[in-house]
Amino acid sequence: MSLDELTAIDLRERIAARQVSSTEAVHAAFEQIDRAEPTVGAFISLFRDEAFARAQEIDRRLAAGEPVGALAGVPVAVKDNLCTRFGATTCGSRILENFHAPYEATVIRRLLDAGAVIIGKTNLDEFAMGSSTENSGLKKTVNPWDTERVPGGSSGGSATAVAARLCSIALGSDTGGSIRQPASFCGVVGLKPTYGRVSRYGLVAYGSSLDQIGPLAQTVTDAALMLSVIAGHDPADSTSVDERTAPVADYVARLDEPVGGLRVGIAPAFNAGADESVRSALDAAIEVYCGAGADVVEIELPHIDYAIAAYYVIATAEASSNLARFDGVHYGYRTPNPADYVEVYSKSREEAFGQEVKRRIMLGTYALSSGYYDAYYLKALKVRNLIRNDFVKAFERCDAILMPVAPTTAFKIGEKTDDPLKMYLSDIYTIAVNLAGIPGLSIPCGLDPAGLPIGLQILTPAFSEDKLVRIARMFEAATEWHTKKPAIVG
Amino acid sequence: MQQQIDADQVRKVAKLGRLELTDAEVEAFTEQLGAILAYVEKMNELDTTDVEPLAHCLPISNVFRDDVVGPSLGTDNALANAPQRDGSFFKVPKILDDSSGA
Repeated sequence: MSLDELTAIDLRERIAARQVSSTEAVHAAFEQIDRAEPTVGAFISLFRDEAFARAQEIDRRLAAGEPVGALAGVPVAVKDNLCTRFGATTCGSRILENFHAPYEATVIRRLLDAGAVIIGKTNLDEFAMGSSTENSGLKKTVNPWDTERVPGGSSGGSATAVAARLCSIALGSDTGGSIRQPASFCGVVGLKPTYGRVSRYGLVAYGSSLDQIGPLAQTVTDAALMLSVIAGHDPADSTSVDERTAPVADYVARLDEPVGGLRVGIAPAFNAGADESVRSALDAAIEVYCGAGADVVEIELPHIDYAIAAYYVIATAEASSNLARFDGVHYGYRTPNPADYVEVYSKSREEAFGQEVKRRIMLGTYALSSGYYDAYYLKALKVRNLIRNDFVKAFERCDAILMPVAPTTAFKIGEKTDDPLKMYLSDIYTIAVNLAGIPGLSIPCGLDPAGLPIGLQILTPAFSEDKLVRIARMFEAATEWHTKKPAIVG
Repeated sequence: MQQQIDADQVRKVAKLGRLELTDAEVEAFTEQLGAILAYVEKMNELDTTDVEPLAHCLPISNVFRDDVVGPSLGTDNALANAPQRDGSFFKVPKILDDSSGA
């Protein structure tokens, strides 16, 4: 058996029908990992023995006729900024290299309750800060389509694991595009839910008002299945929204039902900033929707050009505060010979944080410091309001907005590492979505002349994931881009 | 260019952020943060006089729960990752200097 022909939902059904055992599925995953992982480097840690033990337990429960969950026996990977009771939770940082979380993230609990088999934890830009996974302090991950290129980031390990078929499905986190952009670069589906849809409890915080956990998958159906498992209110996260305000749907149930009278919104001036190959793939995608009976509406997002500026103030301000907890006292790395207690903080942080993390702590600390708070932080929060209103107004005229995920396809390793601002500017199409708190999905929609995947981004209003996945499924059902695989899959 | 950050400001911010930067880092960050801040200035093109700041996008405000005691981490779990511990305490270098008269 090979995982590259099976989606999570197929696998789940075959395992439940006892045509395939979970043990066989885990075996297939590790066979592919043994073959491709030395090349792509998707994982920071792997749990081979634990995965087989768990698969055997699922198989035993099935044989005994005991109830199992929606992902029973399915091999799953999770980003290494999600706290697990097993293994380390490193965030790709040397400061947490040996950190063993004393509690587990709510999404991990939900995965385990659904019967998933967690096979490993994936690489990321340190503390999810980056757009290429090059900022990991522990590991190098390459794009499975072209090993000289980045997988995107910060959930580059999860995107690579799914694209190289090391697992069927994975979890990532998205603060400014960190699920959608690597999904686009690696040719898989990535879904960032509405802020508040999924509990952030146990997700190591970067930008707390922006962070959201979501799935990376081969298909929209698998992404919808994973979302159904992880979505919902959690008393441990007061920013997760209660069921009355935003009821959780079974996102798979009505997936194949097209959205009637669909109006798709396009912002031509904004999209013009993308490369030629990305723009023509977007145009072709719009044609697909027209063919399915959708009307195209031109929209304006007048403040979106200010999104990167506002984001890099807000996200770094939140990061500088969140990362103050890494003090060399309570957990994590401590400098070996501190002269005094101040050096416990300042040298531990200096020695164990990477350059991008330091840069963002510096930027955020500056923006929050006395004399600069109004000019930077408060100003950015006001711009954020303008950007959110742009989307509210746009959605009065359309049901979904279509745009690129990134201005280019996967770039070369090292291409942008010397110029942080250049790297930040590559986030132009994903960042505003986090500022506005709305859901966004990236789906494969083409290949560039070099054979690299291109993603289509679909945005819908807050808490309308049920519609978002149906609209994405309409595209997937009419095209074959999601069936393209990198050569490394074999 | 106005508003650019200088090396002294970078050192001051590093101290606030508890980062003991090397001289090479101070030099690199002075240039890189200067470029980023110059870009961020773009926000000043917008008149935001009558715009409310938006801290989050949630349709909820305060969240309350009943004040009941639940399970907590416990001392051993809380100390399990400590770089240094002394019994049930986190161990750190001496904070008060004997000679300071404090």
